[in-house]
Amino acid sequence: MSQMFDVCKIRNDFPILRTKINDKLLVYLDNAATTQKPKKVLKSIKKYYETTNANIHRGVYKMSEEATRLYEEAHAVVGKFINAAAEEIVFTRNATESLNLLAYSLCSSLNAGDEILLTQMEHHSNIVPWQQLAKQRGLKVNYAEINADGTLNIESFKSLLNNKTRIVSVTHVSNFLGTINPVDELSKLAHSVNAIFIVDASQSVPHMPVDVKKINCDFAAFSGHKMCGPTGIGVLYGKKELLEKLPPFLFGGDMIKEVTFEDSKWNELPWKFEAGTPHIAGGIALAEAVKYLKKIGVENIQKHERELTMYALQRLGEIPNITIYGPSAEKRSGITSFNVGQIHPHDVAAFVDRFGVAIRGGHHCAMPLAKLLCVTGTARASFYFYNTKEEIDVLVDALKKAQEFFSMSENSNNLTNNLKTYPNTKNEFSERLKNPSQKTKNEENKNKIKIQGVIEE
Amino acid sequence: MSFDELYREQIMDHYKNPRNHGVLENFSFKFFDNNPLCGDEIEIRALVEGNVLKDVRFTGKGCSISQAAASMLTEIVKGKTLAEVQQLNRDNVIELLGIPVGPVRVKCAVLSLVALKNGIAEFHNGVNKNG
Repeated sequence: MSQMFDVCKIRNDFPILRTKINDKLLVYLDNAATTQKPKKVLKSIKKYYETTNANIHRGVYKMSEEATRLYEEAHAVVGKFINAAAEEIVFTRNATESLNLLAYSLCSSLNAGDEILLTQMEHHSNIVPWQQLAKQRGLKVNYAEINADGTLNIESFKSLLNNKTRIVSVTHVSNFLGTINPVDELSKLAHSVNAIFIVDASQSVPHMPVDVKKINCDFAAFSGHKMCGPTGIGVLYGKKELLEKLPPFLFGGDMIKEVTFEDSKWNELPWKFEAGTPHIAGGIALAEAVKYLKKIGVENIQKHERELTMYALQRLGEIPNITIYGPSAEKRSGITSFNVGQIHPHDVAAFVDRFGVAIRGGHHCAMPLAKLLCVTGTARASFYFYNTKEEIDVLVDALKKAQEFFSMSENSNNLTNNLKTYPNTKNEFSERLKNPSQKTKNEENKNKIKIQGVIEE
Repeated sequence: MSFDELYREQIMDHYKNPRNHGVLENFSFKFFDNNPLCGDEIEIRALVEGNVLKDVRFTGKGCSISQAAASMLTEIVKGKTLAEVQQLNRDNVIELLGIPVGPVRVKCAVLSLVALKNGIAEFHNGVNKNG
């Protein structure tokens, strides 16, 4: 099955990793945003356009038939990767589009007063579609709270579930905190009130084994470009019986079986949800990416990323005044958000770029969560299987230099004084997370330390 | 854009030792603006005499570009007429910073100018006069 895991050999598959940035070798640590592409995937795109480019499903000539076969087969390959059938896999542009499809199509049958349950750690793509549909249709959106250690508060989740809850949509892994949510358990809870259970798997499918049948989710969404595939191709998984009942989201060519001036009949699954000429090359290349990940072994990927994360948490902890957000290593994926003293995350990210290090600075498309944490943003390092401990060393050295560079001298404390006039972020954060009915004072303090710096524990 | 261009000494000097920084107690108008995407915040207070910006101060928080730009801007607008300030544009700010500013950070750079110009506009409209 999977070969021995050799990161040096793997890196040779990614031409971009040899790029020099500011005369330094690229250290790409923004994999939660998008991942790099192996040669095999790039070649498949080129090969498709050079040898097989034709529109699918309607041509009766050989090249169209071949394009159709490859594109349909891609659904099967991606489906098998998450233990789903080909007809349960809809190709979209990305996870965002998959979630919009669900929001529009599912909410069309909901009534005013019906409820949707999300969590406080969702990406904007799993908030905004529901929030906007809720406004249109008079629905109520609830958000399960997070604990001070960045994990989901299951009691809060349970307390918000009721017989009005129609949809529960939860991220498998937080793109901000790295928290891995217990989706198996949440699935059971959601189904206990007969709600539809949706998993935003954007940060999980690329990094760990995901079995949609085991989770027993009704739908799942993820993006191809976060798993070595090209941009512009994403996935919606849905249980067959639910996809059959679900009305289409986009109308047009290829999604129909028969059209008259008066009415239309829908095509079979999954084409009913793929209106217009799809991203054929993208779908085929995504299947190549999946084959590539399978060859490396998703378990190996998970193991390697876990080692990197443990190492990163340990090394980052060496930096004075660093605040690391999110749960302890065993409850998180390869995503680490942090702030270095008072330095703005954009300054941190721009500074380490000098050393070739690409990390993200900002709110990571989770502004409500950032607000809850009382930060305008964080710097975020996120790993993939081609990253190394040496790259983490480069990051840590660069962060130490950033701290020196941005440090305020004794004589120039105007700005630091001024910063004190703004709410002390840490105090305000703990204030907001106060929930005396559920936590004792001691527990609160213990948790507070955790989220501020897992290393300090 | 190289790092050294981005953080040339002058910018870091203004960031660490901002000029005209603080709260003006006696002011003709004030204006708060922020850039929620970056979390940059600026409040500008200005004292107008006749048609001239007699004094201007700012407070705020944010990245080095936003804060340094605010500091530099306050230096050049003092003593200018309101009409002259309204003529300033983003190119003037980028010129002040002396560096090429990328598409993401241009909003940080112009935040203080936008706040100041909006403040002047409100002042002209009689909004927010003397606090």
